[in-house]
Amino acid sequence: MARAISILYALAIYGFIFLPVAVLVLFSFQGTLFPIPPFNGPSLRWYQAVLNDARLTDGLVNSIFVAVLSSALATLLGFLSAWGFARFTLPASALLRGFLTLPLTVSYLIIGMGLLIFFNWLGLPKSLAAAGIGHVVINLPLCFAIIYSQMGEHQANIERAARDLGAREWQVLTLVTAPMLWPALFAGFFLSMTFSWDEFVIAFLLTRFETTLPVEIWNLLRAGLNPKTNAVGALVFGISILLAIVFELVAFRKRPQ
Amino acid sequence: MSGARQPIAGWASVSPALLWTLVFFALPFVAMAAASLFPKGGDGLSLANYTQFFANPSYWRALTNSLEVTLVVALISILLAYPFAWILAFVVPERWQRLALMLAVLPFWTSYVVRSYSWLLVLAEKGIVNDTLLSLGLLAEPLQLANSRTGTVIGFVHFFVMLLTLTIFANLKQLSPNYRKAAADLGAGPVQAFLHVILPLTLPGIMVGAFLTFVLAIGDYITPQILGGNNELLMPQLIMMQIGRRGDFASASALSIILMLVVSVAYLLCARWLKIERA
Repeated sequence: MARAISILYALAIYGFIFLPVAVLVLFSFQGTLFPIPPFNGPSLRWYQAVLNDARLTDGLVNSIFVAVLSSALATLLGFLSAWGFARFTLPASALLRGFLTLPLTVSYLIIGMGLLIFFNWLGLPKSLAAAGIGHVVINLPLCFAIIYSQMGEHQANIERAARDLGAREWQVLTLVTAPMLWPALFAGFFLSMTFSWDEFVIAFLLTRFETTLPVEIWNLLRAGLNPKTNAVGALVFGISILLAIVFELVAFRKRPQ
Repeated sequence: MSGARQPIAGWASVSPALLWTLVFFALPFVAMAAASLFPKGGDGLSLANYTQFFANPSYWRALTNSLEVTLVVALISILLAYPFAWILAFVVPERWQRLALMLAVLPFWTSYVVRSYSWLLVLAEKGIVNDTLLSLGLLAEPLQLANSRTGTVIGFVHFFVMLLTLTIFANLKQLSPNYRKAAADLGAGPVQAFLHVILPLTLPGIMVGAFLTFVLAIGDYITPQILGGNNELLMPQLIMMQIGRRGDFASASALSIILMLVVSVAYLLCARWLKIERA
């Protein structure tokens, strides 16, 4: 009895979690003008419309571009700082680590607002680069925290061994530390990618003519309910699921010891 | 030679990240704080943007709306997520748990904007919910679900049920089964064991999730704007409105700083449960 109730409850929660996505995908195949019941389809006309919309395809390319570059930079800075804090005794280390993770506690809206005013004041125009800088700000603390948490003492011993065998500091870092920590580096990079790929408000505030996909989708919403939005949403969903599967296969596969 | 005796290499490796955070996070924040003190159209330094917040009831209302929505969302999400996490941790067989969790996270791989939009499809006047209830004869008039606080709360709860399930699940899995056995041996019934042993031990998971809910929900612009509409404003909507419609960066800055102070207070209240530790 308790088991049956548990199963029903879990199914109800799954239903709630999946409801909007199911509706989104179903009505992306709508044949008529509105993504509301009754369903007339299936039709691919709205997918066609998405692929013929240069703003959306440009937005897609811009999003990938910003996500890859900003995540690579966030991972690099996060890795270097995690290594520095884990391997050296620096004064005020705890305070500085706290400072690095501070952006995690501030909402994206406020980070975006600050950068908007700051760039405005410096006379820098809105651009994809500005949004990318914002994405590094939000993802750097995350990369730092993930990589720092994986820096254990056993790796320090291997690094010492490498140094004893004559490796320079930068050789230790690139040839010993980075390969040992690659799951953490990959996790940091990948999480940053997904956050950047999905980020709206910073990109909305800091870009103007060339912008990212979430902002272009937002612009579509002004037209109200529209199956084209469903189609682009379903495509984004598909791409993200593919990325998730890749992540799952690469990061969590059991490695031979 | 041990690394601990070469602080120069240490500084060299930590400084790029520190500089980045200083230049693109701390300085913009200072610029924003400074901007908030020079009201638009005013003559120089003034606290007018802050006093206006307390004097103007519609501004004050945006903060209380935000707090109300966030607290309601956190509460509903905890109540829905806890039993779900429990079922995943203790009812679902061990080898299916990973799959069950992945399944629960799957819908959140859509973009955030798209997810809010898909709730609009569900909740709209002619959407799935109203269509179903009307055709079943359970309703005479469509419910106002979208463009209302209900819409905002549903959109938020959807995301935070998933998030809290993850934090509570992780916490439940860390508990040794011995706690439950010990409680039972000492004569506690299942309800007593839960209230006095399991629940206090899972408080950290609940608090981490609740804090994340608070921080992420109170600063979010997308969900209230798409699902709540402009009938009542939450803080982020008010801030965006200052920039968008009025071009008033000073007022938007002041409101952002007030919002940040509110989040900081919440952080201090939860600080003992939120620690980043090195393994």
